Amino acid sequence: MREKILTFIEKNSRIDIKELAIVLGVDEATILNELADMEREHIICGYHTLINWDKAGVEKVSALIEVRVTPQRGMGFDKVAERIYNYPEVNSVYLISGSFDLMVTLEGKTLREVSQFVSDKLSTLDYVLSTKTNFILKKYKDHGTVMTEWKKDERILMTP
Amino acid sequence: MRNPLSKTIVTIQPSGIRKFFDIVSEMDDAISLGVGEPDFDTPWHIRDEGIYSLEKGRTFYTSNAGLKELKEEIAKYLYRNYDLSYDPGHEILVTVGGSEAIDIAMRAMLDPGDEVLIPQPSYVSYLPCAVLANGTPVIIELKEEDEFRLTAEELEAAITPKTKLLVLPFPNNPTGAIMEKKDLEEIAEVIEKHDLFVLSDEIYSALTYQEEHVSIASLPGMKERTIVINGFSKSHAMTGWRLGYACGPELIIKQMLKIHQYAIMCAPTTSQYAAVDALKNGDEDVKNMREEYNGRRRYLLHRFEEMGLQCFEPYGAFYMFPCIKEFGMSSDEFATGLLRAKKVAVVPGTAFGDCGEGFLRISYAYSLDNLKEALDRIEEYIEELREKNQ
Repeated sequence: MREKILTFIEKNSRIDIKELAIVLGVDEATILNELADMEREHIICGYHTLINWDKAGVEKVSALIEVRVTPQRGMGFDKVAERIYNYPEVNSVYLISGSFDLMVTLEGKTLREVSQFVSDKLSTLDYVLSTKTNFILKKYKDHGTVMTEWKKDERILMTP
Repeated sequence: MRNPLSKTIVTIQPSGIRKFFDIVSEMDDAISLGVGEPDFDTPWHIRDEGIYSLEKGRTFYTSNAGLKELKEEIAKYLYRNYDLSYDPGHEILVTVGGSEAIDIAMRAMLDPGDEVLIPQPSYVSYLPCAVLANGTPVIIELKEEDEFRLTAEELEAAITPKTKLLVLPFPNNPTGAIMEKKDLEEIAEVIEKHDLFVLSDEIYSALTYQEEHVSIASLPGMKERTIVINGFSKSHAMTGWRLGYACGPELIIKQMLKIHQYAIMCAPTTSQYAAVDALKNGDEDVKNMREEYNGRRRYLLHRFEEMGLQCFEPYGAFYMFPCIKEFGMSSDEFATGLLRAKKVAVVPGTAFGDCGEGFLRISYAYSLDNLKEALDRIEEYIEELREKNQ
């Protein structure tokens, strides 16, 4: 049941609980309990909104930064990651296999703001060996959703 | 000038849906629940395979019966899902949609005067195809109290010495009815007793919500009397690719192949390559789409219950078939009124046979949001009708 609930709300977290119960064929209480449990267990970590900021006319600059670091004795990468993710402007931090260690995405109002964060804060951290900043030019698809176009129903309106 | 038309073709009625299509296409903000095809796009990996086959320049004919690899995959698919064993070399024919298969099966099996039993409400093609194949259609009217299943008694009652073929359209469009194994076993007895053949249109077989679909051809003694028709349109959301298939005894398939060979040549090559991938890597997609339809089905059933609209629970396809007899209107009047007053288009049950009178076909091949809006409008409409009728 959990997987079914999660699969559904991952795409539509705004659905009414009553409707979700009908669609999944269980009672409302079951859904409510499962949701509460999963929130407590941090399986559900939040209910966010996917926004196309370009369309909203709000200036935002996103960057994807490759970070190479020296892992810490006894703590591996976790300590470094924590130092980085605590900055509110950081959107995500992933530990990556391959030619660098941490992938950090962040958002700022201007190019300058982002560069400044990287040069002043990120690069100066102990254990950070190097950074490589990639600015995001256009988001085509995010969180499984195509951002650039809306699909219209082009089927013939009535067919047998 | 002489009359250029055949006497047969002029007797055939154009589809009853046309009238509604004309009205609804003039309206800007109408919501249609009248579509008989999936709302999903064909899964990308299947489309990708079609594109790849074009890039490779595979733009030639295939052999008449279809690509060998595709027929082999069809055989495997039917075996793993429905316990059917067909020899891909002689017992499977790839067609232009299930529709072509219906047509050529009837043309291969019927002589003038042979009676074809057609349970209704059902898809609009069986009757004209039977007529065009010189057969005589005989309608069996299915009943709501039987959940629109075909019973052995109804079948028995319709059989005459001229009866040759039974069309078995389950899971059913427009009712959503299915035939469970026990239902099939009962009619199989009658079929054997009267030495009939069966055209089993199983195009919606992947969309059943209670238990796995059972094919009548999997029952003992039935394979040699049955042509199974299936395809990719509903299961893999591939309507526009026009790809289906017929499976049956070599004796019949061989003759169908002749018609197909002379009239069609072969099914579209790009579609055939894409379909190979659909069968090899598409089981998960089919399952996901079924889950999604099932959620919508439950939602509609719940809404109908809430608004007190009588509707039996359908376990197949993607249609609901609610009863509107309480309003004292014909299906046509109700559907026209709903379209004009609330701009929601549904198909009157009568488009699928006279016994569809008093019912509507509502398709749930739409997003939940869409269905919600449409159902709100239907609810308003029937509340207004009830007030007026008081």
